[in-house]
Order: sequence, then C-alpha cells, then structure tokens
Amino acid sequence: MTNPRQLRAALPFLTLAIVLAATFYVQPRTMSYFGLNLMLQYAVPIALATIAQMFIITVNDLDLSIGPFVGLIGVIAATALNASPALGVAALLACVLAYGLVGALIHARNLPSIVVTLGLSFVWLGIAVMILPSPGGKAPAALKAFMTVQTPYVPFPILAAVAIGMIVHLALMTTSFGVIARGAGGNPKALARAGWSMLRTKIVMYMLAGVFGLLAGLALLGLTTSADAHVADRYTLYSIAGVILGGGEFIGGRVNPLGAVVGALTLALAGAFLIFLRISPDWQIGAQGAILIVVLAMRALVTYGEKRS
Amino acid sequence: MSAEAIRLDGVEKSFGAVRALAGVDLVVGVGECLGLVGHNGAGKSTLMHVLAGALAPDAGRLSVGGIEPKGQWSAASSQAAGIRCVFQELSLCPNLSVAENARIVHGALRGFGWKARARALIRAKLDEIFPGHGIDPDDEIADLPIGKRQMAEIARAFTVTGAPLRLVILDEPTSSLDAVTAEQLLSYIRTETARGTAIILISHLLGEILSASDRIVVMKDGKAVAARRAKDFDRTSLMAAMGSDLNEVAVSGHLRPAPKPDAAVAVRARPIGQPAGAELIVHKGEIVGLAGLAGHGQTRTLLQIFSQANAQVEGPAAFIAGDRQSDGIFNLWSIAANVTVRSLRSLTRHGFVDPAAEAKLARTWRDRIGIRTPDMDNNILTLSGGNQQKTLFARALASNAKVILMDDPMRGVDIGTKLEVYAMIRAEAALGRSFLWYTTEVDELTHCDRVYVFRNGRITEAIDAADLSEQRVLQASFAESGA
Repeated sequence: MTNPRQLRAALPFLTLAIVLAATFYVQPRTMSYFGLNLMLQYAVPIALATIAQMFIITVNDLDLSIGPFVGLIGVIAATALNASPALGVAALLACVLAYGLVGALIHARNLPSIVVTLGLSFVWLGIAVMILPSPGGKAPAALKAFMTVQTPYVPFPILAAVAIGMIVHLALMTTSFGVIARGAGGNPKALARAGWSMLRTKIVMYMLAGVFGLLAGLALLGLTTSADAHVADRYTLYSIAGVILGGGEFIGGRVNPLGAVVGALTLALAGAFLIFLRISPDWQIGAQGAILIVVLAMRALVTYGEKRS
Repeated sequence: MSAEAIRLDGVEKSFGAVRALAGVDLVVGVGECLGLVGHNGAGKSTLMHVLAGALAPDAGRLSVGGIEPKGQWSAASSQAAGIRCVFQELSLCPNLSVAENARIVHGALRGFGWKARARALIRAKLDEIFPGHGIDPDDEIADLPIGKRQMAEIARAFTVTGAPLRLVILDEPTSSLDAVTAEQLLSYIRTETARGTAIILISHLLGEILSASDRIVVMKDGKAVAARRAKDFDRTSLMAAMGSDLNEVAVSGHLRPAPKPDAAVAVRARPIGQPAGAELIVHKGEIVGLAGLAGHGQTRTLLQIFSQANAQVEGPAAFIAGDRQSDGIFNLWSIAANVTVRSLRSLTRHGFVDPAAEAKLARTWRDRIGIRTPDMDNNILTLSGGNQQKTLFARALASNAKVILMDDPMRGVDIGTKLEVYAMIRAEAALGRSFLWYTTEVDELTHCDRVYVFRNGRITEAIDAADLSEQRVLQASFAESGA
C-alpha cells in the first residue's frame, strides 16, 4: 500500500482524471483540440483566482473579496485602460497596492480576514458598478488576441494552466522565500521568534494575491471581450473550492499550487460536464457542491486512514 | 572582563499585577554551561524569553559580549548576536521539512542551492549530536514523533551559518528524549562549551543539571537567589535553595478538622500512562491537591476525571477553569448568567428558564461568596479578575455538583480574594463536597488533606497532610535522573 500522504497528494489529479473521463464518455466530441479548448478556456481565469486565494490561505487567512476584485479589474481594463492607458495602468497597480494595505491592516490590527474581505467585496463591487453601471466596455485587442491564441498541438488553456502551476510551485515550494511564507502559516510564533517580520510576510502574500487577482481579471476580460461588474462574483467560492480540492487546508500553511490549478480545472470541467448531462442551470451549483462534498469526503477518509496507521 | 558571553543587570518584567522578574542579575561566561533551576513561576521562562528578544523587559540592562546592544533588543537582534533558544513548546513549523525549518533560523540560507546546503547543514549537526538519529532532512515535521522533533529542534539551534554561536538556551531539552539521546545531548553540551559556546540549561531533572553544568543559578520569585559552582551543590542543598518556608500560611490550612476516615469514595481514577497500582482517590468531604511542576499531567488528569474516562466519579462533577479568559467566563453575558449557566436545568419551569428563580440563585451566591458588584445583571467583564474567578466558583458551588475539580484556579488572583475562597472551599468540604485541587502554588497545598505529586504524567508520590512539606513536594517533582 502506498503512503497515505502520497495518496492524498494524488487525489486532486485523480479527481480531474475521473471528471475528464466522464466528460469524454458523455460527449466524445470534446476529446479534440477544439473541444478541450472550448471547455477549458474559462479555467484559466479561475486558476489564476485560485492561486490568488491560495496565497491568502497560506498565511491562515481567507479572502472573500477576490470575485468582485476580479470583476473590478475587468471593468477598469475595459474602460480606463482603453481611454487612457497610463491612467488605466496606474489604477490597476493601485488595486494591487490596496491588497497589500489590506494585508497590513489585517495583521496590524489583528482583524479577522473574513470580515474585512467580506466588507471589501462590496467596496470592489461598488466601485466597479460606479465605473460601469451596465455591462459594456471593450477588451484591449492585445488581451483578446492573447487569450484566444491557437497554440500548436496542445490547446492554450492547458499550456497556460501548466505554466501557472509550475511557476507558482517553484516560487512557493522550492525557494527560500516560499519556506518563510509557508512557515508563517505553519507556526507564526516560531517565525517571529526567528526574527522574521510577520507584517512584511503578510503584505507580500496579500500583494501576490492582488497580482494574481489582476491577472485573473485580465484573462477573464480577454475571453468575455466586454466587462460586467458582476461577471466574477462566483469566483470567490470557486477559488476557495479550488484550493481545497487541490489538497490545501484552511489553516497550517499546507497548500499545493499544482493541486490548486488542477482543482480549478476540475471545477471548470465539472460545469461543462453538467451542461452535457443537460442538468438545468438551476441545479448546477448544487451539483457542483455535491461533487465538492464527495471529493472532500474522500480526502477525509484518506486522512482518517493516515491517522489510524 | 571580556570573557562574559551575556550579562543581565537588574532586569524586571511584570505582567499586570504579577511580577515575573524582580530584578535579575545574571552572567554567563564564554564556554560555560549554566544550570538554571527553580520552581513553578520562579521566572525562568520569562527570563529566557527576554534573552531571546521575544519579551521586552520593563527595566534593567543587557549586554552581549561586554557590549550593550544599540537600539531595540528584539528577536532579530538576538539572532544576530548569536543567541539561540530551544523553547519548551517546540518552535518548528509542522508543515515544513526538517531542512526547511533550518532555513527559517538562517537568513544566509538563500539563493541558488539553498536547499542542498540546508540539508547538509542539519544532517551534519544531527549526526554530530545524535549519532544514529534516523531523521531525514526531507522528513516533514508533522510526520515525526515528538522525540525526533525535539532532536531536530536542538540540532537546529546548534547549526551555524553566518553569525558565530554565542549562547544556546535549552529549556527542558530532554523532556521528550529517551535516556540514550538525552545522554548524547549532555555529552555534546560538553563538546560545544569546549568550543567556547555558552549554554543555559533549564531542567527539572536535577541529576542532569548537577552533572552537565559548570555553575548553577537558583531562581525564586523572579530573582536569582543563589549562584554557586555545580560542585558546591548537591541535591539536598539545591532543593533547599529552591524551597521557601510555608509556615505562615500553613497555620490557616491545618486548622481544618480532618474528615471522617470511613467516608465514602467520591473519585477513583488512574491517570493515563500510570502503571497499575497507584490510584488517585478522593473521599467524600476531602480536599485533595494535585502538585508537581506545571504541565506534568495534572490538568489532563482533571479533564480525564471530568469526562469519566478511566475514572469513577460518584455524583455530578463541576470544573473550575484556571484560564478563565479562554475556558471559564462567557464574556458577553451578565454576571448572573455566568453563575447560573451550570444550574439551568434545575431552574426551569414548563421547559423555560424561570427568570425569578435564576435571579434569586444569582443573588444568593453574590452574598455568599461576596462578588463585589452593585448589580448581577452587569456584564461579567465589569468585574475585576478576582471577582470573575469568584463568579466561576459560584457557578460550580451553586450547581448540584458533588465533586469540584479545580484547575489552578487562583492564577493572578489577589490575596484577599484567595483567603475568602479558601474559607469557602473548606466550608463546602465540611458540608460533604469533595474537591480536587491542582495548584502551582505550594502554599495552597496546606489546605489539602492529601497531595498527589505528578511528574511526566504520573503520580510519583501521595503525601498526607501531616507529612506535607515543600521539601517533599519538590523532591517528588524533580527526578533524580532521566525518565
């Protein structure tokens, strides 16, 4: 029997394989370059948002504002970035900076991140609606072109997902900075005793989350081509589910970037799979929830086995 | 005198009303192993946290290698000065590997190839201190048993990259080590001091202290009360230096008439890990003390008795928490609600709580135990700490509980309140209630009919009131040698 820890690490990949196989079985035409491209293209922004969420979860916080933040980025990019590129870039950078400030505030005042980010989600949404009261705007042409690029042999979304996962894995799991970031989630007291600034670590992690939220917003806009303040409201829950599906845990600095990306892919695929099953959209969220519960129950079983051995 | 590694002059530190350090002077020489002993609350841990930069002292001076550090003394400056600590509660990140944990204390382990260097560094040190340790640098800490975690942490403290090692503080380093690895560590301490590193060794194993140290400092009530060469101490003189006379309070304690010897057994329990034979027994109307150094299984045993696991309890039991902020009070509720919560079942009428009966019970106990408040409907946090603790006593005593379990309930309570509560406990015991009283204050044991001393989760001795002395409690708390 293999090591339960390895089994648990393999679980996200196993889940993806099962959902993929089921999709191919229900709709064999998806087993093609264009089929995969179509099914997985929205997985790219979800994966980026999931990585953003993962940075926050690494330091034992939770971000309930990432969805509206992604929406806000899309709105800014579809309006200000076109009208006045300098202003647009400045506004986007200000958004990332705001994330860093939020991290500093949460740490310095010892506030619950859930409450702060829940409040902020309305702030982001409010700003986005003020800029763009009804859906509209236009994606910059370069963004559109980048997101719909036709790569040879392997569809772009798959390459993008692999690249995102690998880069973040290298940065967080193998560098000396990544150790400090994960240690901050594992035992913040020990880290402080070793002379590291928790404040600085949290600011960096929140800003990284801001950067990946920004990338998610741009990627999503490149696909939708026009912006809507509400377009990414569901991303908050998707991103949390993706991190957890990918083998991450809410506390203790246990995260897995590759798993998180795979979790995001699984969520995107599950949506497509349910459409192929002709499940009414009213039931889809419930069905996705059911998939999540099944996977988490499997993980609980594996963990239980681990504890007993 | 440049041969001193570190020097403290008149260091003071208070937590609220509690004076943890009352002006400590301490010098550790280069290449010296200093043993530090003292009973609970003597200030050892606080002193170590000050040295490590985790706590800022209220007053006093600190100098490193004869030079006073510039600027704020912090964890980072302590690290930079070459001071390392192995704290009693482990300071490893459980989600990281052994090598990654080494990286956390070494700013120099960075850039390309850091991981290979970290692995080599920690492996070499583990091999040096604990030959045959069986730890792989890539093992995740969470997967290691507690003993190996402690070995990893100790080895990490002795690794060197940038700043040379000046002082290593070992706080109960052998608490989770077996006899072989503990001996390996003690012999390594001699190797390391020969290289010029200073070491502060804190341990409750007096044999360990006496054999490993060059000099021993005894702390009591936040002060260093004795400092002599280790050769000039033996077990007895060390015990004597740690102890204090408890005659003053003892008088009030022993005035109590002893309960009838043939009273029924109220509690019969065996602590987890206790070999067969030794049992903890409380008769009806008895006050039984649990003693020993903090964290040696007393609270766990109380909880075990409360949940009736491996324990027989006659009649309902109530638990009085010592850490009232986290385990005791409902801090959004009124004082009255905090008193009556344990008794709600007896206050119901037609399935609803009867407000009049509830208010009456609360008033009765305000008068009986003397909670100082104009109105029991005020929020619990309007009370002082001592009165909050009285509220918790009222909660337990107002209930139908026949057995009262007390988890060091007098922490941070003023002496006036203590005396009132002592009288209350004795009055209630005379009425037939039984008390199990874990306390870290030896004085309080004089109120008990019998005292069980704990060490490493087990009862090592049962002392009757007539034979009770601080000497005996200390003797049973500190072991001769490794467990």
